[in-house]
Amino acid sequence: MRFIPHTDDDITSMLAAVGLASLDDLFSSIPAECRSREPLKISEAVTEWELNDFMEKLSASMASTPEYKIFVGAGSYDHFIPETVPFLLGRSEFVTSYTPYQPELSQGTLQAIYEYQTLTARLLGMEIANASMYDGASALAEALLMAIRVTGKKQAAISTLIHPHYRRVVRTYFEPAGYELIELPYLENGTTDITPISKIDDLAAVAVQSPNFFGCIEQLAGAAKAAHDRRALLVVSFTEPLAYGLYKSPGSQGADIACGEGQSLGIPRSFGGPGVGMFASKMDYVRQMPGRLVGKTIDAKDRRGFVLTLATREQHIRRGKATSNICTNNSLCAVAASMYMASLGAGGFRDLARLNYDKAEYLKNLNKTARFKVPNSGPTFNEFVVEFPPNFEVIHRRLMEQKIIAGLPLETYYPELANHYLICVTETITRDDMDTLVREVKS
Amino acid sequence: MEFPGASGLIMNEPLLWEKGRAGRCGFSLPRRDVPFSPVDEALAGTGPDFPDLSEGDIVRHYTRLSQWNFCVDSGLYPLGSCTMKYSPKISEKQVGRRGFASAHPMIPALLSQGILRIMHELERTLCEITGMDAASLQPAAGAQGELAGMLIIHAFHRSNGEKRTKILVPDTAHGTNPASAALCGYTPVPIPSGVNGILSPDAVASLMDEDTAGIMITNPNTLGLFENNIAAIAGIIHAKGGLVYGDGANMNALMGIVKPGEVGVDVMHLNLHKTFAAPHGGGGPGSGPVCVKKHLAEFLPVPRIVMEGGKYLLSENFPGTIGKVHAFHGNVGVMIKAYCYIRLMGAEGLTRASEIAVLNANYVKEMLKNVYHLPYEQICMHECVLSDKNQNEYKISTLDIVKRLMDYGYHPPTVYFPLVVPGAIMIEPTETESKEELDLFITAMKSIAREAKEAPYILREAPHRTKVKRLDETRAARQPCLAG
Repeated sequence: MRFIPHTDDDITSMLAAVGLASLDDLFSSIPAECRSREPLKISEAVTEWELNDFMEKLSASMASTPEYKIFVGAGSYDHFIPETVPFLLGRSEFVTSYTPYQPELSQGTLQAIYEYQTLTARLLGMEIANASMYDGASALAEALLMAIRVTGKKQAAISTLIHPHYRRVVRTYFEPAGYELIELPYLENGTTDITPISKIDDLAAVAVQSPNFFGCIEQLAGAAKAAHDRRALLVVSFTEPLAYGLYKSPGSQGADIACGEGQSLGIPRSFGGPGVGMFASKMDYVRQMPGRLVGKTIDAKDRRGFVLTLATREQHIRRGKATSNICTNNSLCAVAASMYMASLGAGGFRDLARLNYDKAEYLKNLNKTARFKVPNSGPTFNEFVVEFPPNFEVIHRRLMEQKIIAGLPLETYYPELANHYLICVTETITRDDMDTLVREVKS
Repeated sequence: MEFPGASGLIMNEPLLWEKGRAGRCGFSLPRRDVPFSPVDEALAGTGPDFPDLSEGDIVRHYTRLSQWNFCVDSGLYPLGSCTMKYSPKISEKQVGRRGFASAHPMIPALLSQGILRIMHELERTLCEITGMDAASLQPAAGAQGELAGMLIIHAFHRSNGEKRTKILVPDTAHGTNPASAALCGYTPVPIPSGVNGILSPDAVASLMDEDTAGIMITNPNTLGLFENNIAAIAGIIHAKGGLVYGDGANMNALMGIVKPGEVGVDVMHLNLHKTFAAPHGGGGPGSGPVCVKKHLAEFLPVPRIVMEGGKYLLSENFPGTIGKVHAFHGNVGVMIKAYCYIRLMGAEGLTRASEIAVLNANYVKEMLKNVYHLPYEQICMHECVLSDKNQNEYKISTLDIVKRLMDYGYHPPTVYFPLVVPGAIMIEPTETESKEELDLFITAMKSIAREAKEAPYILREAPHRTKVKRLDETRAARQPCLAG
C-alpha cells in the first residue's frame, strides 16, 4: 500500500518476532463481544488522480473569488496573500512536526512562535501574547474566563456589537460554569453603550470589539476607564487586526486583554477555518493566561534558544486546575500570520490598512450619493452598515445570480435592522467592482 | 544501515527584528484606484512597530528556521499518543484549491455545496468508523472536542432535570480530560488503574453514584492497553444514569477492529490530526470532531449539515443544542485533509493501518523489553510504554535516554507520561514506518542502553549533534521573556 510500507514478508517476520501467528492475534486481548462484526462500510480506495478529479469538481461548485464579488466580511476577510507565505509555510519541517516539546529539535517552530508572540504584542500594543488559540471566538471566551480568575468576580458585560457568533461561543463556554453574561446595547452611532455597567455588582470584565461587528471604531479609552473604575478588566475583541495599521491599538488605550481572529493576516478564508486566535495581555496576568507560551532562554553553552514555558498553568501539568484545557492550538496559522506581518513590515502594514480604509470610504460615499442610508456616522474600517430600500432581498438574490454578494443581511442577528446590510471591502475589491455594485443595486 | 543522525552545516539566523532596514518591504502594495479619504485623527495611531524586510530576507529567514526543526517527513517521530504518521501530500493540494481556500463561511449554503458535501460525508464516515450515530466537525482540536462532549453530557443531565457535580477520570488519562471536565464545572474524580494497567469494573462501581455525570475513558488507554472491561464499565455507569465519554485520541489502533459506539460509549471525540493523517503543523491546527449516539444528537453544536431536496443546508433548528464552540464551522482545511486520507485509504486500507500500527508497536516492545523495563507485559495496541528503571542504577534517566536518541536521528518518544509509570517512555511508531526503519531505531535504543552502562556521561550531556544543547527551562520560567 502506498502509505504503509510493509510487505507480506515483513509482516510474517514481525509476527514471528512477537510470537503471533496472524495480524488478528494482535487483537486477542480484546473480548470477542467488543470486536466489529463486519468490515467498515466505506467506499474503496481511490487513486490520486481520481481524488484530484473529484475534488476539482467539488471546488468548482463553490462560489469563489474572483468570479464572485463577495462584499461580505463579518469575521472572514479576503486579503491578498504574498506567495512567499504559503510557499514557506508548506515546508515539511513546519507542517509535519508536532508541538515543540523537545526544544533541541524544534528551534525553528519555537523561534517562529516567539516572533509571532512579539509581532502580535506589538500589533495589539500589549506586553505579551500567547502562542495562539483556536479562533477569535474561543479566544474571547477564554479571555473572559481569565478575567474572572484575575478579578475573582463572576459577571461579564459583553457588547452586542461583538460578532454574534463569538457571543454564542462565549455563552456556550459560560453556560455550565454558571457565570453571568450581560449584553450591552448599542447606540445609534453604531458603538456600544457601556453606561449599564455601573449597575453590575460583581463585574469581572467589559468586552467590546473594535472595529465592531458594524465596522465602527469603539471609544476604547473611555471603555477602559469605565471598566477600571469598576475594578474590572477591559477585554478588546477584534475580527480585523489590519485595522490597527490605521487606528490606535487596544493596548495603547488601556485594554487589559486583547484577543481576536488573525485570519486576515495571510490565512485563506477556508470556509471559516483554520484561522488563528490571537491572545495578548498585560504581563501582570501571565500566570492566569490560557494556552502555550514560548520563552527565551539559553542552552548549556550560553547560546540563545527558545522553549515552551510557564507550563504549570497548563493541562498536562495542572490537569483539572489548569487555566484552560487547550493543548493543540493553531500554531501553523500563527506562523503564517507572522510571515505575513513580517512581509508587509511597518510601512506596508500601514499603507495596506489605509488602502482598505479608503476603499471602504469610497464605497460608503457611493452609497450615500445613491441615497442609500449609512446609519452610523462614526469612523469605520473595511465594513459599514447600509440601509437599503424595503424588499432589498429581491435585489440581493438577483445580484447573487450575477455573482455579486451584496453584503450580509443584518436582520438575522439584529431583528430590528430589517433591510440593513453589512458591506465589506478590502484591497481585493477594485473601484470597478464597487461602481458595478452600486449601479446594479440602483437598477 | 547507518543511523540517520549526522551533523551538517546549519545556519544561524537572527530574530526578525534584528535584521532588515527601514524602508524595505516584502509585499507588493495593491494598486490604489481610489482617492485618500480623511481619517479621524483622534483615533488614528502610528501603526505597529514591525521590522521592514525584503522578500529575500523573509525567505532566507524561514528557510533557515525550518532547518532547525525535526519533522515526520525527515524521520521517525515515535511520540506516544500523538500518532505521527505520514501525511499524504496530495491532500495539501486539495485544501489549496481556490473553491475551498476562498470560501466564505457566512454566504448562503447553496453557494457552498462542494465543501458541505465533503463535511457531510466526513461526518457519516466518522460515524461508521466509531459506531456512533451523529457527529459535529466544529471542535477545533481534541481538547475542544472533549469540551463539546462534556457540554453535551452536561446538557443531557440538565434535560433530565439533573445537575451532577462529579466525573470519573482514570489516573492514566491525558491532562486535557480533567481540564475539559473542570471547564464544565465538574470535579474530576481520579480512578486508579488496576495492577495490570486496566480499569477494573469494581473500582468504577465503588466510585459511581447518582451525583456523577459519567466517566471519561481513553481506549486504548495511555499505557497502550485495550480497556477490555469497557462493556461492563459502561453498564455500571449507565445503570446509575451516567454517560460514557470516549477519548478517541488513540483511535488509530481500532479502525475496523472495534467500534466504540458498539461497546457502550455514548459520546467521543476524534483527532483528525492524529488518526486521519492531517499533519500536526508544529502544534496545530487540529480538528476534534465530536460523535454521539442517537440519544445525544439533539445536543450537538450548531449549525448542523442537513440534506433537503438533494441540497446540503446548514440548520440551526436544534433547540437542545449546546450552542457553538467555533466562530464558523471548525477547522475546515484540516477536515479536507482527513477526508482525502479516508478516500485514499478506503475501508480495507484503514483497517490495515490499525493492524500494522499495532504490529509495529508490539514489534518495538518485544525487541526492547529485555533492554528497557516493560511495566506491563502483555500485547499492546498502537503504542507501548517502557521505562528507565533498568538504567537508574547508572544514574541515567528517561530524559538522558531520549536526548541521546536525538543524536541518532530520531525524535524522542513521549516521556514521563502516563504518570502511573515513573520515567515512562511511550513509543508510538505508527503504521507508516517500515520494518527496516524500526530495526534501525531499535538498534539505536539498544546502543543507548549500552552507553548508559559504559559511558553514561555521553547521555547526560546529550544531545551533541543538535543546533542547541539542552536548554535552561528553569531560567525561562523564572525570568519569563515572552516577547522581544
